[in-house]
Amino acid sequence: MSFISVFDVMGPNMIGPSSSHTAGAARIAFLAQKMITPPLKKVEFTLYGSFARTYKGHGTDRALLGGIMGFSTDDMRIRNSFDIATDNGIDFSFTPNEVETDVHPNTVDIHMVNDQGQEMTVRGESLGGGKVRIVEINHVKVDFTGEYSAIIVIHQDTPGVVAYITRCLSERNINIAFMRLFRESKGTTAYTIVESDGHLPEDIVESIHQNTNIHDVMVVQM
Amino acid sequence: MDFKNAKELLALCQEKNLPISEVMRQREILLGETSAKIVDQRMDKVLEIMKDAAFSPIKNPVKSMGGLIGGESRKLYEFQFQGKSLCGNVLSRSITYAMATLETNASMGLIVASPTAGSAGIVPGLMLALQEVYEFSDETIRQALFNAGAIGYLAMRNATVAGAVGGCQAEVGIASAMAASAAVELLGGTPLQCTYAASTVLMNMLGLVCDPVGGLVEYPCQNRNAAGVSNALIAAEMSLAGITQFIPLDEMIDTMYTVGKKLPAELRETALGGCAATPSACERCHLCS
Repeated sequence: MSFISVFDVMGPNMIGPSSSHTAGAARIAFLAQKMITPPLKKVEFTLYGSFARTYKGHGTDRALLGGIMGFSTDDMRIRNSFDIATDNGIDFSFTPNEVETDVHPNTVDIHMVNDQGQEMTVRGESLGGGKVRIVEINHVKVDFTGEYSAIIVIHQDTPGVVAYITRCLSERNINIAFMRLFRESKGTTAYTIVESDGHLPEDIVESIHQNTNIHDVMVVQM
Repeated sequence: MDFKNAKELLALCQEKNLPISEVMRQREILLGETSAKIVDQRMDKVLEIMKDAAFSPIKNPVKSMGGLIGGESRKLYEFQFQGKSLCGNVLSRSITYAMATLETNASMGLIVASPTAGSAGIVPGLMLALQEVYEFSDETIRQALFNAGAIGYLAMRNATVAGAVGGCQAEVGIASAMAASAAVELLGGTPLQCTYAASTVLMNMLGLVCDPVGGLVEYPCQNRNAAGVSNALIAAEMSLAGITQFIPLDEMIDTMYTVGKKLPAELRETALGGCAATPSACERCHLCS
């Protein structure tokens, strides 16, 4: 069992009204924006289940938009995130999807486009108490929580890549807490997610990127 | 310095001759791999947020996001100010701050989920009322928050604090048990008396359903925060007066969890039953239409 801190009980410190529908939503979007190079030009949110039914009264929309701009769950700017996003030239939309029900009750798809035209789609689930899980990146099933620092590597599904990644990590003395590999299908694009305790060195991105089979590297610090 | 249940917690308190709050604080320093200074600073921040959230809607009432609540704490405050309060000094302040915190929460203000957003008014409600009436220092209240944290931790570890899993008894019930225990320690009770108070609360709130109108953390959540803080206060008084409970806290946490899982889905935060399904609530909400 993982350690339950007194601040998991007396916390999180958060903008209300709901740990799952507000704090969790902000947290999912916060993690999502870490996976694309800023600045963002456009973001589309698709809401499922309870998110779709109650997002306005819970401020889920404002929380998602705040998270996309990098606001943490206790950031007072969340309340005004619509105005702030407009001022920053971010085009945003919210679409409830009540047709698809075969998803976790608090699920959101976040489609992001940056000023270089790069696109990224992330699906997150809000599990309650502000805890969240990222379950899809670009429609590939993944699984990580953001409770640890994570390195997400998008690469060719070919022999030697994972060995290369772990060598880069070991050269920098990074201890792996969890490591998982996901792929679209054999020989296509694969995703390696490495979670580690503590802060990751920033130069890890550059070092992993040097291998030609690696398409992209992202770091989400805890 | 770790404990899995209230029994082990009480044994630790006895062995080290420490109150519940200090056992929890030292556990945090040790297992959280941090320092006393950092832990205290974080708890100071918790207390600071709690005060802002409890006091600000009394001065500046605001309507909630869902439009179902807003302005209740100001009404209570004025009623007391006119000398009309029925509840007495501690309880009237407690319900005012508890309801105020839910107003802050429902209008997208900053709160501490303690243990959840929907039950965020109860621990601060009672702690801040006791601070004012008994003139406790901030340091004393900060320490008492670790006691509340210990009770909440036991519920999180061994049961649930999610309304969607265990109903309102898991949220408001546990928050009230936390507040009762912390109040007993503040007023000089023993660790065992703290657990009696927490046990009493869970007994008195057993079976409470989670039925938010429109699925929003507003109504009846705000009323129930006032009810919860009242339950905490009576349980604390009973315990301090020397009344014991023969069902220990661990068994009450277990049975709260068992009862919670037996609640039908309609009564676990889905807004399909209870208050949420009354004709008047449906008229306000339009969730289904």
